Amino acid sequence: MAPTTLAQKLIARAAGRSQVMPGEVLTCRVDLAMFHDSSGPRRLQPMLAELGATIWDKDKVVLVIDHYVPEADEESRRVVRIARDWAAEQRLPHVYDSMGICHVVLPQQGHLRPGLFCVGGDSHSPTGGAFGAYMFGIGATEMLGVVVTGEIWLRVPDTIFMNWSGALTDGVSAKDMMLAMLGRHGMNGGRYQAVEFCGDAVAALPMAERMTLCNMSAELGAQVGLVAPDGTTRDWLARHGAPGVETEPWHSDAGAPGTRHHFDAATLAPQVALPHSPAQVCGVDALEPTRVDIAYIGACTGAKLDDLRAAARVLVGRRIASHVQLLVAPASVRDAAEAESEGVMRQLLDAGATLLPSACGACAGYGSRIPEGSTVISSTARNFKGRMGAATARVYLGSPYTVAASALRGVIGDAREFLA
Amino acid sequence: MTAAGRAWRLPAEVDTDQLAPGATMKHGLEVTARHCLEALRPEFAREVQRGDFIVAGADFGIGSSREQAASVLVHVGVQAVIAPSFAGLYFRNAFNVGLLLLTCPEAALIADGELIAVDARGARVLRSDGRVLACEPIPGFLLDLVDAGGLLPQLKRRLKPPKETP
Repeated sequence: MAPTTLAQKLIARAAGRSQVMPGEVLTCRVDLAMFHDSSGPRRLQPMLAELGATIWDKDKVVLVIDHYVPEADEESRRVVRIARDWAAEQRLPHVYDSMGICHVVLPQQGHLRPGLFCVGGDSHSPTGGAFGAYMFGIGATEMLGVVVTGEIWLRVPDTIFMNWSGALTDGVSAKDMMLAMLGRHGMNGGRYQAVEFCGDAVAALPMAERMTLCNMSAELGAQVGLVAPDGTTRDWLARHGAPGVETEPWHSDAGAPGTRHHFDAATLAPQVALPHSPAQVCGVDALEPTRVDIAYIGACTGAKLDDLRAAARVLVGRRIASHVQLLVAPASVRDAAEAESEGVMRQLLDAGATLLPSACGACAGYGSRIPEGSTVISSTARNFKGRMGAATARVYLGSPYTVAASALRGVIGDAREFLA
Repeated sequence: MTAAGRAWRLPAEVDTDQLAPGATMKHGLEVTARHCLEALRPEFAREVQRGDFIVAGADFGIGSSREQAASVLVHVGVQAVIAPSFAGLYFRNAFNVGLLLLTCPEAALIADGELIAVDARGARVLRSDGRVLACEPIPGFLLDLVDAGGLLPQLKRRLKPPKETP
């Protein structure tokens, strides 16, 4: 048989075919559908009622309440109430309420494993590709189609291989890799195809860092971002409720069709995205002196346990600049608890951080928002104008290392000198 | 073939947060519509008329999965969006809520305010001076989706077919 890509293999399984070819349009069976309080119940419930239809398989549905919690006002309370009431009425078996952000909670609760075909009602759903699952984001109406039929149409994508050779140096992370790829290929460089991250530098990444890469495949405009699962995947999943997964079949064959781009991890310096696009990128050292008011460590992209640890390594034993507010919104309650027990949280608080709830927070400006006129360095995924809820704010994106170092200096800067 | 409508020119990389600002999302489509594109064209929400078109630069609709970024345009009466390329997730959402998108490499030739019409099945844009711009053909099942008014009405017909009159 001709060599095939990981994406082709995953789709062939979901389509019940022995093989599929890029460009084919076909229908796949969905193994798991995830949605949250904003994209899910408040939109699905009235449409299901209008159709007189029911959920095709409740065991394959996961609801995470993360966007409007904790409820800041009456409208937020209404959205969250709809989600809770509907979950109770439907007796949904998998509901995670105020436990953290969906893309992080989903794998932490053992719902993902290599080989699955999944959809999520959120653009950062490609995060699931870090576990060797084919997972992509869809809108609420398309989710209705999935929830009613258990199926979805798909055009089999080409694969764009992002090959990272060498090893990252200390203080440089997956976020810097992604910003470098965005700088080179732009926000639609992924052309809604499959991006597969590979090479020695990717294989060396822990799961949380692989999740950061796959998460921001959304910013690259890819349908999915994939990392071939391996021993690192198996070990992580075994600790998170999904033991004994099979990883062997889930890789691209040597010589599989696709476009290949090459990057060198060893020479990569910390990267920063300038307002107002994640693709407007430069090395942190090339940035003009930029004073910040807020340093934000949050979101599914940039506030997992590994991200909190990275920030703490920079901040330990130091104090943030007096004019800076350092806000930390851990990606999940589990991440926050582990950071607490490791002493990482203490180090962040002692440095002057303010701890926020484990939810989407100000990342998309849904629940909370940042002040107008502020300059922000953030570990989140997007810095579109107005994204974080303030039209006049200027948001820079960087790794958790860079955010922490910028909080110390009061201007955006390189973390590496603090890591000696 | 659609009726002629006025073109609203927009730049490249119009994002979902400009179409449907995050802070409006909890209030529903009516409120989102009042703030649609306000960062780019503050007069848009006030002056857009039923039957108008959006003609944008490359990569229209980058960003979020929020389909309100597409349904808000249906809500205010935009007939179609014409651009050289679209974000993939936005493309799916648009057809699912009944919004026609035309991938037109030469969209930049259309002037702001120009009267144009589109022929979706023929995959072409007709300009006011009679010239025609070719677009990428749209698969039949997506055109059917737009004709049905989106996935919800299409599913409704499939699940609850109208009773045949005797």
